[in-house]
Amino acid sequence: MEYGLDLEYSFNEFLKGFGLSSDIAHIIWLPLPMLLVLVAAVVGVLVTVWLERKISAAAQQRIGPEYAGALGVLQPIADGLKLLVKEDIIPAKADGILFTAGPILVLVPVILSWLIIPFGQNLLISNVGIGIFLWIALSSIQPIGLLMSGYASNNKYSLLGGLRAAAQSISYEIPLALSVLAIVLMTNSLSTVDIVNQQSGAGILSWNIWRQPVGFIVFWICALAECERLPFDLPEAEEELVAGYQTEYAGMKFALFYLGSYINLILSALLVSILYLGGWGFPIPVELIAKFLNLPINAPFIQVFTASIGIVMTVLKAYLLVFIAILLRWTTPRVRIDQLLDLGWKFLLPISLANLLITAGLKLAFPQFFGG
Amino acid sequence: MSIAITTQFICFTVLSLVVIIGALGVVLLESIVYSAFLLGGVFMSVAGLYLLLNASFVAAAQVLVYVGAVNVLIIFAIMLVNKKEDLKPINDIKSRRVISTSICFTLLSLLIRVDLTNVWSLSSPQNSIGEESTIRIGEHLFSDYLLPFEVASVLLLMAMIGAIVLARRDVMSKDISTGLPVDQELIEKSSEPLLTNKN
Repeated sequence: MEYGLDLEYSFNEFLKGFGLSSDIAHIIWLPLPMLLVLVAAVVGVLVTVWLERKISAAAQQRIGPEYAGALGVLQPIADGLKLLVKEDIIPAKADGILFTAGPILVLVPVILSWLIIPFGQNLLISNVGIGIFLWIALSSIQPIGLLMSGYASNNKYSLLGGLRAAAQSISYEIPLALSVLAIVLMTNSLSTVDIVNQQSGAGILSWNIWRQPVGFIVFWICALAECERLPFDLPEAEEELVAGYQTEYAGMKFALFYLGSYINLILSALLVSILYLGGWGFPIPVELIAKFLNLPINAPFIQVFTASIGIVMTVLKAYLLVFIAILLRWTTPRVRIDQLLDLGWKFLLPISLANLLITAGLKLAFPQFFGG
Repeated sequence: MSIAITTQFICFTVLSLVVIIGALGVVLLESIVYSAFLLGGVFMSVAGLYLLLNASFVAAAQVLVYVGAVNVLIIFAIMLVNKKEDLKPINDIKSRRVISTSICFTLLSLLIRVDLTNVWSLSSPQNSIGEESTIRIGEHLFSDYLLPFEVASVLLLMAMIGAIVLARRDVMSKDISTGLPVDQELIEKSSEPLLTNKN
């Protein structure tokens, strides 16, 4: 299965052509994909913010932003600039160090998790062996940042919001991890690239969503809860807690929370598309198209074609899920905190556990369909 | 020295400094909240040390279990029990300090002895398994380490049942610490009225 563009290799070879050693070439290469992913994440946030504004306007029969650029596409940039030049306020009675460290601790793990998002066979920063497990581990750091900012604000609404955020994220992490485990069981690997390759056999028919429908729904609900999106946005429920742990934040520190939550939403959507919707796979296998066009799979044209199709498909699937998340946010009411915890512990946890057991049983019974 | 070795050396120095200074801070700082957050930092740096040793699965498990569960739980408990209370002075504080110091030094000497007697050098660097380690850990857990694995799970189950019995309000009608009848309402509701009556 080792085909597709290997940009790192070509780039290193290109630099070696100028007489640089492979070490130097590697060091020059290293920051490039990281920067690229950072830029992709920020641009993704801008697009999502614009979508959120437009879709919420449509859901409420308004027009939404329309003066900043065509159809208001520049509105998110205006928002970002506004937050960037706003005064940075630290409340007098707040704990300055923890108040500053909180938003950073929330944002950094989310961005680090982009390490494992593949846009193609070799189009990811690092194909680490522990792959998806790294994301689960990293996303468990976030509640510390939330608790930290909730505590440091020295405000009861902030503290309650931080505590709620931590409780919510602990409860939903378990069904989330269990539904990922069912996928890992079928793949025999934790690597995201292997997970996508396992689904690439017969195009749309081999996607995990058909084999793991329950896991898909559980994962999506838990991912929404981890992102604190509306049916589950208890930590910042404006009617109850002003804005939860964000209450005292202004300017760029608030922007970090804002960025973090949107990057997390896109990340979750990308992960759902990787785990359940075939990742970069086209609904019709690319091998079939290549055979139809009578071209060898390693031809340069086909390679560029598959790479671009892969990126387009990943982003398309992710944004479809983002669209659903936004629509959910503007059309569903919020649950209560006890309903939220009940749903997590008494419904999703047993269901995901049963799903894992059934998957294990089916894997033993039908190894050709559920991964040998 | 090649670039890889230099990077590794710098990472090791930074991580060990963070571990040592952070651990000292956990013990010596007055504020319990700072101690708890520093503990999280120490756990993270230990995970970084595991990564340097090519044990990525252990590193991720360290982050997930110690940072994501243990440390969050500690901070959570500190913040839920947000009572400002002056601690009572302990009478026999000196003898207690002597005893705890001697226990710590015994443990330290044990560690030093292990460090001096153990043979640390690997037979060959090619023996490291790196990414394969996840599979190897799984094999060990389900073969020669099966009994400790199962015993640990039984222990966790017992702790869980105990916690549920303590936390369920219909099992015990009285609060353990205060002796007051237990409020059967929402957990988030304060046990003392937030606003005092005006009259």
